Amino acid sequence: MKIPFSYTWRSLWTRKLTTVLTLGGIALVVFVFASVLMLSHGVEQTMVDTGSDDNAMAFRRSANSELVSQIDRDAANIIKSAPEIALGPDGKPVVSTEIVVIINLHKKGSNDMGNISVRGVSPAAMTLRPQVQIVSGQMFHFGSREVILGSNIAKQFQGTGIGSQLRFGDAYWTVVGYFDAGGTGFDSEIWGDVEQMMPAFGRPVFSSVTMHLKSSSDYDALKARIEKDPRTQYTEIKHEKVYYREQSALMSDFIKIMGLLVTIIFSIGAMIGAMITMYAAVANRTVEIGTMRAIGFRRRSILGAFLVESVILSFIGGCAGIALASLMSLVRISTVNFGTFSELAFGFTLSPQIVVSAMVFSVVMGIVGGFLPAARAARMNILEALRSA
Amino acid sequence: MFIIRLVLKNALRHKLRTLLTILGIAIAVMSFGFMRTIVTAWYAGVESSAANRMITRQSVSFIFPLPYAYLQQIEQIPGVNEVSYANWFGGVYKDQADWNNFFPRIAIDPETYLTLYPEFVVPADQMADFKRERNSCVIGKKMAVQHGFKLGDIIPIEGDIYPGHWEFVVRGIYTGKDATVDETQMFFHWDYLNERMHVESPGREGNVGWYILSVRNAADMPRVAKEVDDRYQNSRAPTKTETEREFQQSFVSMSSAIISSLEAVSYVIIGIILLVLANTIVMAARERTKEYAVLKTLGFSRFHITGLIAGESLLIASLGGAIGLALTFPLARVFAAGFPTFFPIFNVEMITIILAVTVALGAGIIAAVLPSARAARMPIVDGLRSIG
Repeated sequence: MKIPFSYTWRSLWTRKLTTVLTLGGIALVVFVFASVLMLSHGVEQTMVDTGSDDNAMAFRRSANSELVSQIDRDAANIIKSAPEIALGPDGKPVVSTEIVVIINLHKKGSNDMGNISVRGVSPAAMTLRPQVQIVSGQMFHFGSREVILGSNIAKQFQGTGIGSQLRFGDAYWTVVGYFDAGGTGFDSEIWGDVEQMMPAFGRPVFSSVTMHLKSSSDYDALKARIEKDPRTQYTEIKHEKVYYREQSALMSDFIKIMGLLVTIIFSIGAMIGAMITMYAAVANRTVEIGTMRAIGFRRRSILGAFLVESVILSFIGGCAGIALASLMSLVRISTVNFGTFSELAFGFTLSPQIVVSAMVFSVVMGIVGGFLPAARAARMNILEALRSA
Repeated sequence: MFIIRLVLKNALRHKLRTLLTILGIAIAVMSFGFMRTIVTAWYAGVESSAANRMITRQSVSFIFPLPYAYLQQIEQIPGVNEVSYANWFGGVYKDQADWNNFFPRIAIDPETYLTLYPEFVVPADQMADFKRERNSCVIGKKMAVQHGFKLGDIIPIEGDIYPGHWEFVVRGIYTGKDATVDETQMFFHWDYLNERMHVESPGREGNVGWYILSVRNAADMPRVAKEVDDRYQNSRAPTKTETEREFQQSFVSMSSAIISSLEAVSYVIIGIILLVLANTIVMAARERTKEYAVLKTLGFSRFHITGLIAGESLLIASLGGAIGLALTFPLARVFAAGFPTFFPIFNVEMITIILAVTVALGAGIIAAVLPSARAARMPIVDGLRSIG
């Protein structure tokens, strides 16, 4: 026969302080576990969303980021004329030949220096990346030394008001507007005209070429054409999404490994906490357990009751931990992305998977931590238990 | 004396619980020490920078080069002792997706660079070999062990910033002067790089990534920095000159958000230590309510009772702390061996040890506050009446 659930519930209620302390411990562990997963997911999400399925990018082979890639004008022109590339309303291919460099600006508040990607783009860039919208001010004019700033740059860095001037390359650039890129990596960039930036930075070559495909199924044909062409054989074609995912890999791996290490260690601590609580619960209730056995409850029921108690503890702790962690999704952090060596803003992103793994994690902690004490309770000798008071 | 014996007896009453608590604290202190070690490892570059070195780089960003012609001009500035220069080479060794294949590759001037960095120790004969051969390189011992490079081996690198296929012959293996020196770098001849650029990418020759200045007198540093930067302010390549420490610090501060999260995690660990310990002490004190009343009846003051509880708490905390601290060292070693490219230098610093000890003892005291206040305040009659 099963021991009523209310017994378990009430015994947790009686020792409020101990219950709360144990819950707190488990909640903290689950909180850290979930936050780490959220952060790593946030970096990936930000970068993956930056690319879109119908876009492909061209780089110099073996260049693992735009920053070190070089594509000369001749190669770019050959790439541009590929028939797989979609044509815009003006009849021109939707291609942006871009240059990416890094400049330093000071952060607001801390005065720390940040590395910021400056991207020179072609007029088709806004068509290529529909998620980029001007939110205040205006678009920069091609042919002039004007720039627009991603929303994260405007928020985080000094001297970025509309109308202010930034000095880089050997020129001054006027900030004419801010854009929002829907929380993607572009939010942490500065955009201007590529034809103005190349001479200003003294660079005769582009960094990358991004193109919009007629259909994503044309990708293989395009890749084969460009990479086989002897004039562009130093070029490598990648899906835009794949490229940006690669750029987040180092960072999200780092966060994940750190997080796993911390969580493994933490969970041992929390299991020990649960074990201490449950052992004490068993020891305090020796007479009760003896009585229940004498009334006729089976060992199995006793074992079950104590395991359930421990699982309830860890379940509530897990819920509290996830609740705390979901508050973290309001937080956005901006830091250097190891992959691109430039500033990237990203948030803690919760996903159903993370909720499930955090709950599984906490319940497993409860089962593991509660099993030994529950087994002790179940093994008790009736007579000795009744006598010990 | 009597109190101490009673504390010991009390602690041993529930051997399993005490053991579990000690274990829990040990694990938490270990992870605290580990997190702090990661934070200090981030600052390793800052800590190992020399007091007499300054770095001059392009003012807009580190990725833009400076002309080689600045070398002689900077050497003329009063107070500057010696000037060397280097370029970040980048490149890809083997599979770029595996970050364990990463190590810094730097083009240097063989005559001056290693004199300015005496912490990289190269045996004299190897040094002579290195200087003699254009396409040779010197690598750090840790990196050599990790990839199994020996003297005479060829390291193939696929260039990215400097495109093309490159091969470097290992002619020297340097060791660090002490444990704070990064032994994972590769240095090769700047001339070799420059000549190939001259042939393959005209217009990119004569580029220097950054200059290293040694300054005779540290008090001259601000003046030297100003003189260098003023000189190039209106040129095509304006400079930013700062002490090596500030230069390194600027790299660290780029990751400040990550470092603060690591620090936040270490504070959460303190919370966990406190919770585990407090739980045990609260339980123990509740069980012994009656005994405390008896002790009071016998004439022991509330200070004795507080001493009993705090003593037990401190005993458990310091045992757990000591074990945890002892475990931090092997954990750090295993981590450093498992992820050699994340942190070239990964040592448990003195400050970490001090912090961990403080945290353990502090938790021991705080955990005892609530239960001992409760026990000390409880009227004898109520205490005697209570049933655990």
